[in-house]
Amino acid sequence: MDSTAAIAARTAPHSHQPARLAGDLAVWFFILAELLAFGVFFIAYAFARAHNPELFAAEQMALNRNTGAINTVLLLTASYFVVCAVHAAEAGRSPVGARWLLAALACAGSFVAVKSAEYAAAFSAGISLSSSTFHMFYLSLTFFHFMHVILGMVILGALWVNARKGRYHAHNLNGLESGAAYWHMVDLVWLVLFPLVYVIR
Amino acid sequence: MRHDIRSADRRSTVLWVLLIIATVLTWAVGEGGAGGPAIATLLLGIALLKGTAVILDFMAIGRAPLLWKLITLGWLALVCALIGLAYWKGIP
Repeated sequence: MDSTAAIAARTAPHSHQPARLAGDLAVWFFILAELLAFGVFFIAYAFARAHNPELFAAEQMALNRNTGAINTVLLLTASYFVVCAVHAAEAGRSPVGARWLLAALACAGSFVAVKSAEYAAAFSAGISLSSSTFHMFYLSLTFFHFMHVILGMVILGALWVNARKGRYHAHNLNGLESGAAYWHMVDLVWLVLFPLVYVIR
Repeated sequence: MRHDIRSADRRSTVLWVLLIIATVLTWAVGEGGAGGPAIATLLLGIALLKGTAVILDFMAIGRAPLLWKLITLGWLALVCALIGLAYWKGIP
């Protein structure tokens, strides 16, 4: 259950609400740690590319930007569905929230399927971590993110089970908001990763 | 309260549509094959705007204490700025 202050903050009209972090503080610390790790990875990629822009541009052009863009749309849509789930639970419609979470899970599963196909194509073309500096970054960065998507699906699944049981409502949103914040982090990181690795040359 | 949630729903829906449009724009630039620091800056700018929308609205940081706004938006701005620097630095 949430604290009295959190409930008061939520049930007050929005314009008069005191500032409040949506979700558990410990989860947010974890999110910040993940953001730092991805940030370092992104900056390392950008500076490694500066040493050899021609090689990076040539190998980047060979990537499939269509699947990259489709995956971006899938993650954004999953995030939007998670937002809808939180709003539904807040309005006392936990079962409706559960359906939104299931829709988000479907998008996340589609991302995993598209990405797996992309990896299969890369491996069949003989691409590996040792192929080139670009491919080392491409494979490790995207796979690091891929693992976060898998964990995100486990979290969304757990939220879905709880939402179906009607556990989330205006007075108990902490678990749902914490899981939602993690999922949005996975989405946020991809919003930088997609242009960086697939498009910017 | 119900009314507030409905308006929040509307705002998130509008942002989701804008995020999809921005994604298509990024994809189109990529397919066009344009490159260079100016294009890199444009694409990083789009990523910055998209990230800001996700942080403030989806992650509800817009309603969080100022320190959390600074930490999360600061992370995004710093990462985009350093990536931008690496692309400008590559000019002979």
